[in-house]
Amino acid sequence: MSNTPFSEGIQSGRLKPAELAENFGDLHPRLDDHEALVAADRCYFCHDAPCMTACPTDIDIPLFIRQISTGTPEAAAKTIFSQNILGGMCARVCPTETLCEEVCVREVAEGKPVEIGRLQRFATDVLVDTGEHPFERAEATGKKIAVVGAGPAGLSAAHRLAGYGHDVTVYDARAKAGGLNEFGIAAYKSVDSFAEREVDWLLKIGGITVETGKALGDGLSLDALQAENDAVFLGIGLGGVNALGVDGEDKDGVDDAVDFIADLRQAKELGTLPIGRDVVVIGGGMTAVDAAVQAKLLGALNVSLVYRRGKDRMNASEFEQDLAASSGVRIITNASPKAVIGNGAVREIEFEYTDDDLKPTGQTVRLPADQVFKAIGQTLEGDGLPDLERGKIAVDGTGRTSVEGIWAGGDCATGGDDLTVTAVAEGRDAAEDINAHLSA
Amino acid sequence: MANLQSDFVGIKSPNPFWLASAPPTDKEYNVRRAFEAGWGGVVWKTLGSEGPPVVNVNGPRYGAIFGADRRLLGLNNIELITDRPLEVNLEEMARVKRDYPDHAVVASVMVPCEEDEWKRILPMIAETGCDGFELNFGCPHGMAERGMGSAVGQVPEYIEMVARWCKEATDLPVIVKLTPNITNILRPAEAALRGGADAVSLINTINSITNVNLDMMSPEPMIDGKGTHGGYCGPAVKPIALNMVAEIARNPETARLPISGIGGITTWRDAAEFMALGAGNVQVCTAAMTYGFKIVQEMISGLSQWMDEKGYESTADFVGMATPNVTDWQYLNLNHITKAEINQDDCISCGRCYAACEDTSHQAIAMSEDRVFTVKNDECVACNLCVNVCPVEGCITMRTLEPGDMDERTGTPVVADYGNWTQHPNNPMAKAAE
Repeated sequence: MSNTPFSEGIQSGRLKPAELAENFGDLHPRLDDHEALVAADRCYFCHDAPCMTACPTDIDIPLFIRQISTGTPEAAAKTIFSQNILGGMCARVCPTETLCEEVCVREVAEGKPVEIGRLQRFATDVLVDTGEHPFERAEATGKKIAVVGAGPAGLSAAHRLAGYGHDVTVYDARAKAGGLNEFGIAAYKSVDSFAEREVDWLLKIGGITVETGKALGDGLSLDALQAENDAVFLGIGLGGVNALGVDGEDKDGVDDAVDFIADLRQAKELGTLPIGRDVVVIGGGMTAVDAAVQAKLLGALNVSLVYRRGKDRMNASEFEQDLAASSGVRIITNASPKAVIGNGAVREIEFEYTDDDLKPTGQTVRLPADQVFKAIGQTLEGDGLPDLERGKIAVDGTGRTSVEGIWAGGDCATGGDDLTVTAVAEGRDAAEDINAHLSA
Repeated sequence: MANLQSDFVGIKSPNPFWLASAPPTDKEYNVRRAFEAGWGGVVWKTLGSEGPPVVNVNGPRYGAIFGADRRLLGLNNIELITDRPLEVNLEEMARVKRDYPDHAVVASVMVPCEEDEWKRILPMIAETGCDGFELNFGCPHGMAERGMGSAVGQVPEYIEMVARWCKEATDLPVIVKLTPNITNILRPAEAALRGGADAVSLINTINSITNVNLDMMSPEPMIDGKGTHGGYCGPAVKPIALNMVAEIARNPETARLPISGIGGITTWRDAAEFMALGAGNVQVCTAAMTYGFKIVQEMISGLSQWMDEKGYESTADFVGMATPNVTDWQYLNLNHITKAEINQDDCISCGRCYAACEDTSHQAIAMSEDRVFTVKNDECVACNLCVNVCPVEGCITMRTLEPGDMDERTGTPVVADYGNWTQHPNNPMAKAAE
């Protein structure tokens, strides 16, 4: 084991354990008590605050910040959790720079918003670390609800429904609950097994049973779930990965970015994870950035992120783009993959430059690559689902699908951006509608 | 450049900024550092009688309240007068005065209300070469329980009596330091004048409890589970002090009594405000205790710059210039009409003006769907609350309506004539010019 960033091919152990530990440390460590008070003091307590409006879960941000500044972070956390039970994870992964912090009046006035995300992390950590769950379950109603998918949407729906006294069973295909929080987020955004701890803490409401290793078509059927339950909520995410559709895509070394990210999150020893020397990530979203940055942090020598459109069209926020650039990732825009070249395994990948309307320009470039990660979007998988619309389960504003008794939310359903916070809001709102429906 | 040289009742100092009698002036070491930093004078920490000095508590002496970012706004103390032997203080004062002959060294004194005591100690202190005396009739804690400090300052007859004794005992200027813990500041000021005092200084600290420890259920600062009221000072008391200075300065009986202004002075601007209301010089304590002696550099540069900009050559040029504009409510011009105006370029859309006006005032600010805030001229009474709660300085201002302009709230045009309450038809006591 004497690999370095210069070692050719896909190799593990390019960096020393100490370097890896440093690279994968907390991206934004929790504010300490003093830092939190200083940050909280900057909030103006705006009337009908723009930050609240920008938050997909409508957290009362001025109120929770005021509660921090008066020395009651536990009360602040309860304010957050009452709107967003996954407020701890959202504090870590929300693109706050395009949501609450973008519209903070201090961003408008000074270019420096109140650090809402980090304050939310502070408050929620204080409460989660106590191990205490702040909500009590209502008297049992005897109603049964199946939630398929233990990701942000499913967990959010399950918690709200359990709180109303319903009995909830949450199913998930993976061996562990958490969904993308557990498997799909860069490791440096959720250190110390936070996703797992958050799920354990959330389940303390009671009335929720988690069954892992079960998915629609693999131990579960929608018909049976409907027959056995009073309502069904689908939060199954997007299980499929889009293909590049170019020659040579099947060569060794061409992998899905989501698998790489999941393996990384579950790895006990980062030093055992193999990574290429010359890595090319294709895509322009958060997944692409997470994969590219982590490839670099694992010790890849050259990492390029290639996106077919312009920088301004990238789904990854400017903060994420900057994070990639400052980590040493080279961002190439307006280039579409044309062919994967290599003898058995990828050796190079050819791109053709495109204009802003994706029209090929005829100019090409070849990048050396011993590993290629595809991150060009995910797709809904499954048969016999309610009606779809543009590839997703069609829902109304409260998550109702085309099938009576089935609700859906999160990435698998129409409506909203594919963000953790949006999924939480959709799960919560569907749960409210389910409860209203069952109580009617 | 403006000349900051100061002459206060014959006491000369290179600038009008003195350190007030307090912990910063308790020792030669501190006072030398203060003079090196640029302070024009000091009032030495209050001296008491000969013999064993007073003792202080051995727990916390100070409590505080804070603004955003833990900015200290108010400080409270339960420290007594100097707890060092009189002779040590006198030796140090003499050495300092010898080495800094151009700086003001004033001795603050507090001894029991007996003629002998005062008449014995003043000449003894005068041997240090000090420039004058300040009689501490102000401290509201501890010493007041022993019949000194504010216990004297709250009884005008005692003030007059002691001031007279002191004037009989010394040729040096005698300044009487007043307590604000009274209902009318004019009574003690008039008493000081009758007693022959050369000046008054004010304000001393205000009776206060800054905080309550909710675990121990005790006032702070807490000494072994108990607390006592202390003396409150710092930026939070400045408005109270300014008013008391103005009351003395505009009162015909006391108008000629020189004033040394004290109370929350932190910047050159604070100092200029006290002086504009009639203070001949100023004394500072809390700001120095919060930030150190260096703050005087800003006070010197700021006051100089402002005086240059205004064309004032010496501080005497502007002392008292604002005093004639302090009046009674009944003489305010009721025909002067203003309206709030929000500068949309400066507005950051926080909506605090809206919340304040809508919830607590006159519903005179409109909020659009896209968070544009505008003043409703037909509702605005010009209360100024929006100006005060706006986090952006200068964003909301009060625009004065010109004679002939329509006041949309009352539906009547603005008149050019001055008209006050004494002439107003709603006033049953009005002396209408009919």
